Amino acid sequence: MFDIYLLETIINGLLLGGVLALLALGLNLIFGVIDVVWICYAELVMLGMYTIFFLYSKFGIPLVLACLAGIAVVAVIGYLVHFLIISPLLGTAPINQLLATGGLLFFLQSFITLLFGVEFRNIGLRLPVLEFFGMYISFARLLAFCTAVVGMIALYLFLAKTYMGTAIRAISQDRDVMVLMGVNSRKVYLATSAIGGGLAGLAACLLVLQYDIHPAIGLSFGPITFMICVLGGLGNMIGGFVAAFIFSQVIAVGGFYFELEWGYVVAFAIFIIMMFIRPQGILGRRS
Amino acid sequence: MLQVKAVDAYYGSFQALFGIGLSVEKGEAVAVIGPNGAGKTTLLRVISGLMKPGGGNLTMEGKNLKTVPPHAIIELGIAHVPENRRLFPRMTIQDNLKIGAFTPSARKQFRERLQFVYGLFPILAARSKQLAGTLSGGEQQMCAIGRALMSNPKMLLMDEPSAGLAPVIVQQVFKLVQQIRQEGFTVLIVEQNIQQVLKVVNRAYLLEVGSIKASGTSAELLGSEEIRRAYIGV
Amino acid sequence: MNRRVTFLIAALLLAALPYMGVPQYYLHVIILILIWSFIYTAWSLMGRFGLVSLGHGAFLGVGAYAVAMLWNYLALTPWIGIPLALLLSLFLAILIGYPCFKFRITGHYFALVTLALSEVISMLIMALRNSTGGSLGFTPNRFGAGTSIYALQFAQKETFYWIALVVWIAGIWIWKRVDVSMERHALDAISEDEDAAASVGMHVTRQKLRITIISAVMTAFGGILYGQYQMYINPHTLSGVGVSLQIVFAVVAGGMYVAFGPTVGAVITISLAEFLRVLIGTAMVGLDNTIYGLMLILFIIFLPQGILGAIMEKGSRKKALRNLATAVSLNSK
Repeated sequence: MFDIYLLETIINGLLLGGVLALLALGLNLIFGVIDVVWICYAELVMLGMYTIFFLYSKFGIPLVLACLAGIAVVAVIGYLVHFLIISPLLGTAPINQLLATGGLLFFLQSFITLLFGVEFRNIGLRLPVLEFFGMYISFARLLAFCTAVVGMIALYLFLAKTYMGTAIRAISQDRDVMVLMGVNSRKVYLATSAIGGGLAGLAACLLVLQYDIHPAIGLSFGPITFMICVLGGLGNMIGGFVAAFIFSQVIAVGGFYFELEWGYVVAFAIFIIMMFIRPQGILGRRS
Repeated sequence: MLQVKAVDAYYGSFQALFGIGLSVEKGEAVAVIGPNGAGKTTLLRVISGLMKPGGGNLTMEGKNLKTVPPHAIIELGIAHVPENRRLFPRMTIQDNLKIGAFTPSARKQFRERLQFVYGLFPILAARSKQLAGTLSGGEQQMCAIGRALMSNPKMLLMDEPSAGLAPVIVQQVFKLVQQIRQEGFTVLIVEQNIQQVLKVVNRAYLLEVGSIKASGTSAELLGSEEIRRAYIGV
Repeated sequence: MNRRVTFLIAALLLAALPYMGVPQYYLHVIILILIWSFIYTAWSLMGRFGLVSLGHGAFLGVGAYAVAMLWNYLALTPWIGIPLALLLSLFLAILIGYPCFKFRITGHYFALVTLALSEVISMLIMALRNSTGGSLGFTPNRFGAGTSIYALQFAQKETFYWIALVVWIAGIWIWKRVDVSMERHALDAISEDEDAAASVGMHVTRQKLRITIISAVMTAFGGILYGQYQMYINPHTLSGVGVSLQIVFAVVAGGMYVAFGPTVGAVITISLAEFLRVLIGTAMVGLDNTIYGLMLILFIIFLPQGILGAIMEKGSRKKALRNLATAVSLNSK
């Protein structure tokens, strides 16, 4: 018997997958190009959400402008993360970058707690819930999904067509030879970091429409984003994309049959099992 | 065009180059020949700014190369075709060529340069969407040279273009070098394959253990007894 | 001879500490320092060999919750509960460690996998909130008056101080034993170049698994100790990313490659936290972690060997120079 609620869940899972895919893309971009994992990536999203919240709710700036400002702010933060923290550590043991961004995670979470407290905040935007053939789909989710897809297409075009985008693709394949063609690798890394930040900012715009904001919100989707990236092959953008949708379905359907948290537990468990079966991820590890 | 005077180079405390002096005039093809470990690649790295010389002078058209950062060397008109081609394997030929035109001045002329390179190497045009990693050795060398030509350089540095290639391909590669020469490009080639390279250049310097041991026109060097015995085995 | 005497005096002083009129509050802080030092030392056994785990919170949680829940629900005395919990964490370590090491998962991947592990355990604790109390935490039942060997509960801080002291010393002892063992050199080689190590016949997987088990079981024991002392556990203090990062920070700050480094790290972090709490109270929640985060970043960039490591390096450099001078003077005779 066809279960309409299951279909609704699947569709909602799909929509969730769109945002997760966006997050995975940003993380994979940075790892694939610079070979560092920003443990604090989700916290950058959190900063974006707070920025948008304050611009919109406290200063009354129109939402679209606040969102654009949010993207810009997080892009700058991404740039600074590379400039101040990653750059000095580039030659050292890879684990140092992991630990440094871990420290940043700590710092950002606590700093925001310090400034704004632990209360949940919400931009209070009540977007309608649409009805399709007896299924209830949240408009916010649909909007988020579409925007995420647009963002990903924009990223693809940027990487494929522009000079900087081509340089970003090239530097991950052969870094040392870039200088012979007049490319300053530091600039490319900074650009990549800014783009990664921008993607996080975009994700913030989408999430702020749907969820409450609080300093630890990064923990809600940060670890999941890592799982997705590792599952898809760390650094592999397409792999991450595919894995995002698989994961979101597991979470949605798992949460449908059991309680919400169990959905996450199942997703994590699948991740661990995948580590046994195919540790380099679905589409293989980048060399 | 290129003047190298009394250049030393060190890896830490190990001296790799001793008082190197050479010059390349416009329109010339000059080779630096010598055995493995002589310092040929080191010399090119110094010219490309990847290594700073310990002493001596380097100028390109009068401009001091020592103060120029490595990524700005290309703006002075020096394009480096690296050893082993070093193409971007998972990018198309066209994208590889595109990177060659990264600098702002090169970008402006991208279309013309692309047409020029495709005109010179029609195979690249035919396979422009093919991934560079799937090309044969000779085709890769073609693409690497094409990539260097995209910046409209005044001089090409070629690092062991025949390295790691089958003899038949080596022939093709030196034909490419001749082709470029006919177009009027200035070339400085570093090579181990002395016999082949002396056929396509005007002059050559013999580099052994970090010093220039001999120099002259290719005819002179081919005629020299020592060289023939030591390297060509005749 | 001099060294032995110093150690003996230090040991006596430490043992006599509670009787030197130390106020209860400071004793409490010292106990916390000792317990966490033990945990940090356990972590550093893996960290120093390049096996950076961001998931040790999992072992803390598993250990503490297992013992507490066995006690509350099955009235199982910790004398049995502890070995069971340690066995469980051993199993968990193998479960994660074996595939990771067999498939050569290292560096970034390994860190992320262990991060996943600690999140799973954290989520599991929350999901089973009917039994574990979820975010609200879990309180082991008090036995009688609060002090009992059967329940391994001790209301007297002095008693716990000695227990913590002994455990801490044991931890340092284990660290030193590993440091001088043959396995240590094997692990050093493995951390530099796994392939090369394997090619000279080292059992890479076995070595790594062994040290992981030691580290995991010790950590679990530390978690259990913490639970029995505080008589209250909750997933935020004992599992998840936060505590895992805290462990890393403390070890990095104190010094990962020296025996007392993690202890120094514990002193720094706990003193800082308590100091801030006393000074500012609950008005500025999160200030301590803010400072930790900042310090972690600065330490990694500027002082990767940690405070103690840096001091000792200066000392060893002087020593090396002195040795060199002696050797030269001997030679010239």
